[in-house]
Amino acid sequence: MAQNKPLIGKLLLVTLAMFGFGFALVPLYDVFCDITGINGKTAEVAATSDNAIVDTSREITIEFLARPNKDMPWVFKPEVHSMKVHPGEIHIMNYLALNPTGKMIVGQAVPSVSPGQAALYFNKIECFCFSQQQLAAGKDMLMPLQFYVDPALPAHFHTITLNYTLYDVTQAWAAQQPQQDNIGE
Amino acid sequence: MTVVITEPNDHEHHEHEHHDHKPGGIKRWLYTTNHKDIGTMYLVFALIMFFIGGAMAMVIRLELFQPGMQFVDPHFFNQMTTVHGLIMVFGAVMPAFTGLANWMIPMMIGAPDMALPRMNNWSFWILPFAFLILLLSLFMPGGGPSFGWTFYAPLSTTYSGDSTALFVFSVHIMGISSIMGAINVIVTIWNMRAPGMTWMKMPLFVWTWFITAFLLIMVMPVLAGVVTMVLTDKYFGTSFFDAAGGGDPVLFQHIFWFFGHPEVYIMILPAFGIVSAIIPTFARKRLFGYASMVYATASIAILSFLVWAHHMFTTGMPVFATLFFMYATMLIAVPTGVKVFNWVATMWRGAMTFEVPMMFALAFIVLFTIGGFSGLMLAITPADFQYHDTYFVVAHFHYVLVTGAVFSIVAAVYYWLPKWTGNMYDETLGQWHFWCSLISVNLLFFPMHFVGLAGMPRRIPDYALQFADFNAFISIGGFLFGLSQLIFVWVLIKCARGGVKATDQVWEGAEGLEWEVPSPAPYHTFETPPVIK
Repeated sequence: MAQNKPLIGKLLLVTLAMFGFGFALVPLYDVFCDITGINGKTAEVAATSDNAIVDTSREITIEFLARPNKDMPWVFKPEVHSMKVHPGEIHIMNYLALNPTGKMIVGQAVPSVSPGQAALYFNKIECFCFSQQQLAAGKDMLMPLQFYVDPALPAHFHTITLNYTLYDVTQAWAAQQPQQDNIGE
Repeated sequence: MTVVITEPNDHEHHEHEHHDHKPGGIKRWLYTTNHKDIGTMYLVFALIMFFIGGAMAMVIRLELFQPGMQFVDPHFFNQMTTVHGLIMVFGAVMPAFTGLANWMIPMMIGAPDMALPRMNNWSFWILPFAFLILLLSLFMPGGGPSFGWTFYAPLSTTYSGDSTALFVFSVHIMGISSIMGAINVIVTIWNMRAPGMTWMKMPLFVWTWFITAFLLIMVMPVLAGVVTMVLTDKYFGTSFFDAAGGGDPVLFQHIFWFFGHPEVYIMILPAFGIVSAIIPTFARKRLFGYASMVYATASIAILSFLVWAHHMFTTGMPVFATLFFMYATMLIAVPTGVKVFNWVATMWRGAMTFEVPMMFALAFIVLFTIGGFSGLMLAITPADFQYHDTYFVVAHFHYVLVTGAVFSIVAAVYYWLPKWTGNMYDETLGQWHFWCSLISVNLLFFPMHFVGLAGMPRRIPDYALQFADFNAFISIGGFLFGLSQLIFVWVLIKCARGGVKATDQVWEGAEGLEWEVPSPAPYHTFETPPVIK
């Protein structure tokens, strides 16, 4: 019996380690996707455009998609649905947001780039998706996105689709506002 | 791996017979720490679950007998597909293998019992509660789990009912039970082999279970983790799988299949061990390529951790990743092919007879290989886009799980039943059971390949008119296969109650320690370890 204990201990340790590993997969997945850019997630912080070189020999079509999540009542759309850009050129694109409801709503846009590998080369200098956006009842606003495409974009990419999904995060936002009890009035 | 016992155990067995102090009635089964009692309980439990899960399959096939909505509403249909899968995987196949492990491993390695008998009792007795919770959740307002046995997020997080909490707890309990069982198997094999039973003399059933137990302790905790994430996403505001909170639903599939792919080998490696025991017995030859069988089993287990994303080709992975997972998956066909080759080579020029265990083992080799081939087809990434989520997938995994895992379990039961009960089963009835099962199971699952290739999606209660004839066929096959299993129950009851007395060796060509003890196997065996040369 006594000789069983060290082995049981080791096997239990493996079990616990694998339970931990299941959870460790969550940050590992994010790190892996950040490095390889394979799931279309763009950087969550602003890029700087120190690169003044514009590659006029190529033209990339950028397609803009925007949709509110099914629980999000805002109207949300881009000014135009596509544009042609040269790699290295800085462009500004405005998105229209309108809150048709009778209460203040906080929204968070989550970007996704397709094809996924192009996400590494799609740089945002300024984006409304970097922070949460508030709209009072019945108000609208233009939300700017300033971006450029890295000239290092591999030659086989001709079109990049940028999709924003807009989520209602009012509840999560309210939970983070201490001493403020008149939300939504 | 010839095993010779120097001392007969008969006198030992007689002196033990009179101090088997077992409490009577239900207490014997509640308190038992005897590996044979616990093995029997696991096997009976698995059989009951097989019929409950089978009844759900009958509901599914009844609804799909004709196009249109006939008997059940779509939500209930989804609950049936979900719970059928969960019951068959966690309630029937896995406990049946654990039951066989409990019965046979101590007897095969010359140990008196499992290493951790008290824990063994616990790992069985929490199982009925897990399935009680799962089955009772079907009667909740809003119904039971209906998101498929794979419980993909957001189906299980955003769009599921409150039975999800019960589903999660029941999976937790099943996982704890499996992990305890696996630890017990490893410790038993590691520490309790009889003197002289070296690693490379162990029967293959012991080897395959040893490797399976390692797979279990490595992936069941990951399953426990992923169901916990589903629970907290649904009820406690986390966002592991919710894009609005920074999570990713595709991550769910990665974690789930990191568990899920080794899980399919958990359900097939012990089957390889069973077939490797039966084929040599009835071919009256030694197993061809024993060492290569051991290495093939280990390679399959290691490769099983590197192929999970072949379940996810259509999620939009980069080309490099799909290529890697495609080739890694195809690589598994190599050690599996080694095994099939070795079984065939064992039979080559053997003096074969065709008793029921051998028939099921032969059917296993042919039909499991068909399932393996359809698996190779699914592994081809571009083709998988056509096959994904169709009945072709359903046909594939039922060939490997029903005509693979279940047939091997049935073969094992016929093979060792005379040792357990002391009586030979009724050979004629057994042959009826085999032929009825063989014909009906192919009528049931083979046409699913065709409707799948033609585009019929899985998990949908209705279908386009052009699939009607095939589905009627499939349903009839399903009903016949279900009825055929009643013959099995008849054989089991008849054999338990009496019959021609079995000899100790039972089968003419049988070799190994379990055949050296009397039939029926006494309550305590190998209390003094046998000496193996």
